[in-house]
Order: sequence, then structure tokens, then C-alpha cells
Amino acid sequence: MTEETVAVTARQSRSIGRDLLGIGAIISAAAIGYLLFPDNLALLTRIIAIALLVLSLDLVTGYCGVATLGHAALFGSGAYAAGIISAHYGIADPILMTLAGIVGGAAAGLVCGVIILRAHGLPQLVLSIALIYLFHEFANKASSWTGGSDGLSGISTDPLLGMFEFDLWGQTAYFFGVALLLAVLMLLRVLVRSPFGMLCRGIKEDPLRIIAMGASPKTALIKMYVISGAVAGVGGALNAISTQVVGLDSLSFTLSAESLVMLVLGGGGSLFGALTGTVVFMLFEDYVSAANPFHWLTMVGVLLIAVVLFAPKGLYGTAAGFVACRREKRP
Amino acid sequence: MSAVFEVLNLKKAFSGLAVTNDVTLSMATGDRVALIGPNGAGKTTFVNLVTGNLRPDSGDVRLNGETVTKVDAIGRVRRGLVRSFQVTRLFQEMTPAEHVALAILQRDGRAGAMYGNFLSMPDVMDETAALLGTLGLVHLLHRKVSEIAYGQQRLLEIAVALALKPRVLLLDEPAAGVPQSDTGRIEQALAELPADLAVLMIEHDMDLVFRFARRVIVLAAGTIIFDGLPADVTKNAAVREAYLGSYANASHAA
Ligand SMILES: Nc1ncnc2c1ncn2[C@@H]1O[C@H](COP(=O)(O)OP(=O)(O)OP(=O)(O)O)[C@@H](O)[C@H]1O
Ligand SMILES: [Mg+2]
Repeated sequence: MTEETVAVTARQSRSIGRDLLGIGAIISAAAIGYLLFPDNLALLTRIIAIALLVLSLDLVTGYCGVATLGHAALFGSGAYAAGIISAHYGIADPILMTLAGIVGGAAAGLVCGVIILRAHGLPQLVLSIALIYLFHEFANKASSWTGGSDGLSGISTDPLLGMFEFDLWGQTAYFFGVALLLAVLMLLRVLVRSPFGMLCRGIKEDPLRIIAMGASPKTALIKMYVISGAVAGVGGALNAISTQVVGLDSLSFTLSAESLVMLVLGGGGSLFGALTGTVVFMLFEDYVSAANPFHWLTMVGVLLIAVVLFAPKGLYGTAAGFVACRREKRP
Repeated sequence: MSAVFEVLNLKKAFSGLAVTNDVTLSMATGDRVALIGPNGAGKTTFVNLVTGNLRPDSGDVRLNGETVTKVDAIGRVRRGLVRSFQVTRLFQEMTPAEHVALAILQRDGRAGAMYGNFLSMPDVMDETAALLGTLGLVHLLHRKVSEIAYGQQRLLEIAVALALKPRVLLLDEPAAGVPQSDTGRIEQALAELPADLAVLMIEHDMDLVFRFARRVIVLAAGTIIFDGLPADVTKNAAVREAYLGSYANASHAA
């Protein structure tokens, strides 16, 4: 028994160590980004917003195995919710706008979850595509609320905590984004390790087995969809706050598909996989599309094929597997 | 003695072919029943019907006197009717400890908790280690299922079922796919099942059946053709006929 307790404690301290390492890595990456691109903080903030979308997708796709090509519906709903309370109701506090984004995203998550989870496999994918088109069209038609195809403008934001103005260089927005990302990431680390997280991993592998254990996969997945919506909503709100506009592209099939590409690139079923995929994809897009706008999509295509064929667990998943393997071999 | 598990006139046909044909049986606390029958007799289908994985054409299932025919599979598990699978259904990426802990947490209504980790829940860990210990799996606590031997996976399948603290346990060929030399541990686990549990085991290995069962039910073409003491089953003409018939068919096919 004692041997076992020792093993368990060792496991736990290892996982806490990994958490600290992860937080340290993100803070360093954020600092490096800040030093390397002081003139392009807007790009970095957008990367964080999209990272929240990809993390949110990871929750339902990577952890639960739900197939979706419509996940931007959750992100866009959060963005519009945050934008609308500012533009139409004059609620310009960034924290309140973020909360609105969380509520909007979670509500969209509930709606999408209830509908998408009625089907499995290919029909599920088709339902998700239908949903993102419906959300897009709805936002387009409700132009008095959303600004339609011109986008929602007139969003203003008060200083953060009454102290930090959202400046022209995007410094405040960037630091706010980093803080949001860290907070979300820590909460999600707790979630994915919890009994509920374990239940979801089981559902991904074999829902029938979960039923035979007396648990309802459907209920768990809908809960996860709502949480996922809240996370995507934070990303959407961050985007609305930092850019002060919300466009229909935030509710698009393209963004949904790109977020799935980023997840596959980094490796689903791991929070750091989602982050890695987003950063690599977005930086790659930024560089390559500037250097060679004609061939940027070709290069993304080649990169993706290489990852899917040679590193099916994604960039982060493969690297982590490699490290774990070396550690096993050490005595 | 009151019945914990009753099946009344259960019927199911797949595209016109009766696979469960008017099956009626009842079991009491502590029963050790073996359900045998040739391949394709409808044994697994019977389990699927009573657990709610399949919907019967007609008939009823009762647990502790309550009719559960309209209750879904999840509700039946929560009422104490637990099954294992003929081909193990385990989570390949998860560890034995995670399997058993998840079953314990689910049984106690804690599987939805969104914080904490079972590794730091002493009650869950102790029960997990104790249960896996009795099945000789404690050294594999934190291995991935995909890395452990099939015989051990079969034991884990039993462990998951037991962790749910069932009142009625349906085991679908618990030793299937395990080399004869390795079935000893499984047989021991079967012998050590809680005394107050009602167990129905599907099994082809007659030695195992005779050592385990105090009652044998024979199913052939969806119909119960024998329900009685193990000692009488081989003497029964209908049973011999059914098995001979199936062997005759099999050799025709070969
Ligand atoms: N979902 C299904 N649809 C159609 N036919 C089915 C279905 N499930 C089972 N059957 C048929 O019902 C019959 C009984 O199958 P079942 O799996 O219950 O047999 P079994 O007694 O468990 O056999 P074994 O000993 O090989 O496990 C078989 O002929 C099978 O082909
Ligand atoms: Mg069978």
C-alpha cells in the first residue's frame, strides 16, 4: 500500500510540475512575443483569441470525439454578445463584456450541442455545417443588431479595472488577453483531470461502455458543449474588445474549418496541442502569406498533409510522446 | 425466496427470424446460473434485450419486482443490472485504475464532478486498489489498457462490473479469447463473486460451467430447451439434439 501511495504522490507532483512548466512556457512565450513584435501586438492578441476558440474546439472534438465544422458559431456568438452590449447598451466595461461573451458563447454552445449531438459521424458533421450557415445568415439578416455585412461597429471599451486604457498599440488588450488565456487554461487543466474529464475521455472511446456503467454520454456532452461555448465566448469577447468591431467572418464556416485544421496540426486531446497548433498556424499564415501570398494555401496544405501522415498525433502530441518515450527508457 | 430478476415472455425477431422466442426465467439473490447454447442461439441478444441495449418486440423485464421494460439501459444499470461484454469493451487509452475509479465515482453519483482528481481521493483509491488487488491486477494500476494482456483485460472487465456494486450480474463469456492455461485467475474471480449477487454467466467451456453453476439454462434457436441442475443437462435428449444439430450444421458449412 505504501509503495502505491508513493507512486500516486509522484504522479501528482509530476503533473503539478508539468502545470507550472506550462504556465511558465506561456508567460515566456507571451514575453518573447511582446519583445519580438512590439509593433504587431494586434496579431498576437488575435492569436490568443483564436487559441481560445481552438481550445474550446479541443474540448468537444479532442476530448469527446464530437465531429464539428461549425465551431465558430460559439466564438462569433460570444463576440456579438460582447459587442452588442457595448454598442447598443453602452456597457463598456471589458470585464462585463467578457462575461457577456461567456454567456453568449455558452448559450450558443447549448443550442449547437443539443442539435449536433442528435447525430453521429457524417450526419453530425453535416448538422454542424448547417448550423454555422444558419448562425451566419441570422447575423447577416439581423443587421439592426449586428450591423449585417458591414460588421458591428461603435464598440467602445472603458479602461480595464478603471485604470488601463485600451491604447492604440494594443498593449492593454494584449496583456488582458494573456491574463484571460492563463485563467482559462488553468481552469481547463482542472476540468480535464476531474472525474468529469475522465468520463468524457471514456465517452470519446466508447459511449456504449459508458452507458453500461450507468452514465449518460448525452448529458455529459451537452455540459461539455456549454463549457466549450463559454471558452469560445471568452475568445470572441477578447476579439471584440481588442478590435472594436465584430464581423460576419467570426461566424463563418472558414473560421470553423481553420480552427479544426489548427487543432489537428497541434494535436487534439491536449490543451497544449491546441495552443501549439494555433500559434504555428497563425504565425505561418502571417509570414508565408506576406512573403508569398500565392502559395500560402499550398504550403499550409503541404504542412497539414505532412503532419497527418507523419505525425498523426499533431506537432505537440508527437513531441510529447517522444519525450515520454525517452523518459521511460531512462532508469 | 423472492426474485431479483425476472424475464417474462421475451420475444425478439430480426427480419422475421425469431432470435429470442418467448423466453421466461427468474433468478434470486445468490443464484449462479450458466446460460449455454450453440453459436448463434441468441444468448448475447438475450443479454442485450434485458439490459435495454436492444428493444424487445414483446415481453417484460423486472428488477426487484419493478417492471423496467420501458426504462432505458442507463436506468437499469442504476437499478443494479450490470453486464460484461463478450468482446471486452474497455478504454484503450485509459488505465485499470481509471476504469475502476470511474465506475466507483459513477456509482456514487460523483462522476460529473468538474474538479479534483481520483488519485487524490483516498476512499476511491483504496477501493480501486482493493478491488484490483483481489483480481491480481494491482501491479497494473497505472498501465494503459492497450499495454496489458487480454486475460488481464477480461479481469478488468469483471472489475468494472463489480465496482458498480450490482445486484444482478450478466457475464457474457467472461473467459472468451483467453488461452485455457490462463483461465484460472478468471475462474477464481468468478468463485469469489459476492455471495448475495445473482449471477448469470454465458459460457461455452463446459468444465467452467460445471464448476461455477448451480443451475444451467440451455438456449437453442432462441428458445429455452432446458432449465435445471447441471448434473441433468448432458442426459437431456433435447440438449444433445440441439448441440449435435449445430455441430452437424457446422461440419456442413466447413
Ligand atoms: N442486430 C442484429 N441484427 C440482425 N441479426 C442479429 C443481430 N444481432 C444478432 N443477430 C443474429 O441473431 C442470432 C443470435 O445472435 P447472438 O449473438 O445472440 O448469438 P449467441 O448465442 O450470443 O452466439 P455466440 O455463442 O456465437 O456468441 C445470430 O444468428 C445473429 O446473426
Ligand atoms: Mg454471444
